[in-house]
Amino acid sequence: MDKFTVLTAIAAALPEENIDTDKIIPARFLKTTKRSGLGVHAFDGMRYRPDGSENPDFVLNQEPYRKAEILITYDNLGCGSSREHAPWALLDFGIRCVIAPSFADIFNNNCFKNGILPIALPREVCTQLMDDARQGANSRLTVDLARQVIIRPDGKEVPFDVDPLRKQLLLEGLDDIGQTLQHEKAITTFEERRAQAQPWIPHIVLD
Amino acid sequence: MAPRTLFDKIWDSHVVETLPDSTAILYIDRHLVHEVTSPQAFEGLRLSGRRLRHPDATIAVVDHNVPTSDRTLPIEEADSRNQIETLERNVREFGVPYFPLLSARQGIVHVVGPEQGISLPGMTIVCGDSHTSTHGALGALAFGIGTSEVEHVMATQTILQKPAKNMKVVVEGQVGPGVTAKDIMLAIIGHIGTAGGTGHVIEFAGSAIRELDMAGRMTLCNMSIEAGARAGLVAPDETTFEYVRGRPFAPKGEAFDEAVAYWKTLASDEGAHYDRVVELRAEDITPVLTWGTSPETVIPVTGNVPDPAAEPDPSRRRQMQRMLDYMGLEAGQKIAGTPVDVVFIGSCTNSRIEDLRAAASIAAGRRVAPGVRAMIVPGSGIVKAQAEEEGLDKVFLEAGFEWREAGCSMCLGMNPDRLTPGQRCASTSNRNFEGRQGPGGRTHLLSPAMAAAAAVTGTLTDVRELI
Ligand code: SF4
Repeated sequence: MDKFTVLTAIAAALPEENIDTDKIIPARFLKTTKRSGLGVHAFDGMRYRPDGSENPDFVLNQEPYRKAEILITYDNLGCGSSREHAPWALLDFGIRCVIAPSFADIFNNNCFKNGILPIALPREVCTQLMDDARQGANSRLTVDLARQVIIRPDGKEVPFDVDPLRKQLLLEGLDDIGQTLQHEKAITTFEERRAQAQPWIPHIVLD
Repeated sequence: MAPRTLFDKIWDSHVVETLPDSTAILYIDRHLVHEVTSPQAFEGLRLSGRRLRHPDATIAVVDHNVPTSDRTLPIEEADSRNQIETLERNVREFGVPYFPLLSARQGIVHVVGPEQGISLPGMTIVCGDSHTSTHGALGALAFGIGTSEVEHVMATQTILQKPAKNMKVVVEGQVGPGVTAKDIMLAIIGHIGTAGGTGHVIEFAGSAIRELDMAGRMTLCNMSIEAGARAGLVAPDETTFEYVRGRPFAPKGEAFDEAVAYWKTLASDEGAHYDRVVELRAEDITPVLTWGTSPETVIPVTGNVPDPAAEPDPSRRRQMQRMLDYMGLEAGQKIAGTPVDVVFIGSCTNSRIEDLRAAASIAAGRRVAPGVRAMIVPGSGIVKAQAEEEGLDKVFLEAGFEWREAGCSMCLGMNPDRLTPGQRCASTSNRNFEGRQGPGGRTHLLSPAMAAAAAVTGTLTDVRELI
């Protein structure tokens, strides 16, 4: 997983609520067995017309937003299914940071696990950042994770909250599994204790 | 000890360790695996040289991609076949118990788990699928996880989680005729909205919930996710124990009695704290359906499609108008009487034997309306066999329904069962998002009985007129 420290990048505004995971990546693209290559299908239904050509009205089809690495939306971004293909598609497109008033739980989790930083900010603040994002070539925001601030084009800073553990993992680009396996002794002890207390828990073995 | 909720009790008994920021390493009892969200996880294990910690706590099944027509034929869609074959290679390599396509036990993962006694009360259960919440009906803490977490569970038999908040949804009273668990749940989602449960685990309580059979409770918990919750729960009771007794992987004999004694301790304590409580009266709930492309757009079947002009918030107003346009509906029109093209009875929400019985009771002695395609897709091979034993297949076939093989089918546009653009579908599934059942497809969520009513009348119909 790539580290996330300071990101200075083009931000794109997508002022909608409830952008669900089917919008981020429709189910028909979930048939891959790999993590990469989904970027071309990100927001497929909004991004392409029925004949397959690009919809010029869609923000990510416009310059400079084709190179956006920050995406700003309204409430409940990522609602719907648990598919991790949603953050994979965003990441493969180039998005490293999503900003919204709220996120669906699983999506929020999945972002962190793939090196995308989700930042929840009040709706008014999101609206202001969307205004920043509409300044074309000047729509750059800087996200400084260590300091937990977003620096707007005019230099003003917007502080944000982030879970300390998640922050640490992002800053170090560390994988969760390696971290948990450092506690393997505790897992084994737990298993032994439970096997004694609840010996009736069945094992799944097929004949 | 302070009084605890059902959620608190299951949570506490599975915490291996709490990390400094209150994230828990939470032990997982059951890991359900399907072909869509697992390949990248197995790939990750392989790349990092890690093993699967507990194959004997894991079960794999194919459901999302599979055709629901003749199973002896080769799978035509190359990428579907690839995902299925990838899963088969992976389960062999990692030693995971697996119900293959031709097994009678194959079916939708959330139907198979409870049916086989693999999902049990008091357990923690995860699957790379949001509707894992279904298993909460047994009084198990069950949630959907992403593929990175799937890999994490495979390698460590744990996940990293922070405790959820507790929410209680109480439905007291007795529902009227034609009102099912699906109507109760849609009414709840209509009431609290699709973000109403965010960050919470919802415990369903009250006399109307206690009255429900396990299939109904699974319908409720299934759609907790559409209410934004992390999981849904119903406290295990006699209905639960009777359901579990004798299932293939459930404890047997004395072990079962021991298990029941433990499960009885799980119910929420008197005075336990809930962060949010929502109450509904069962008598106020009528047969309902959705009109829009979000599960919260619920109206009574006797109602009218809302008018965006009455919505003060401009962005919401725009969204409503967009939904109306997509759904091909007019503001203010009566929803009943709207013609449908397709009826889909199936999915992990409503494909159990009880659901099929409810649909058959409406279909019996009637005919599917001309021009309507009506499909019945049992949730598992076992459900299908049971229905055939009861003669339900004949009822459906005589009425002109299709009787298909088990799988996710038209719940999502991932296998050959798909809507074509503009088709209107009365569906017992759980999601009505744009394109969910196929690009351009229009979905109305409703109960199995209401779906059957739509099939035989050819329009969205109040099922009470047919009872
Ligand atoms: S039936 Fe639908 S909701 Fe259920 S697991 Fe399959 S695709 Fe998901």
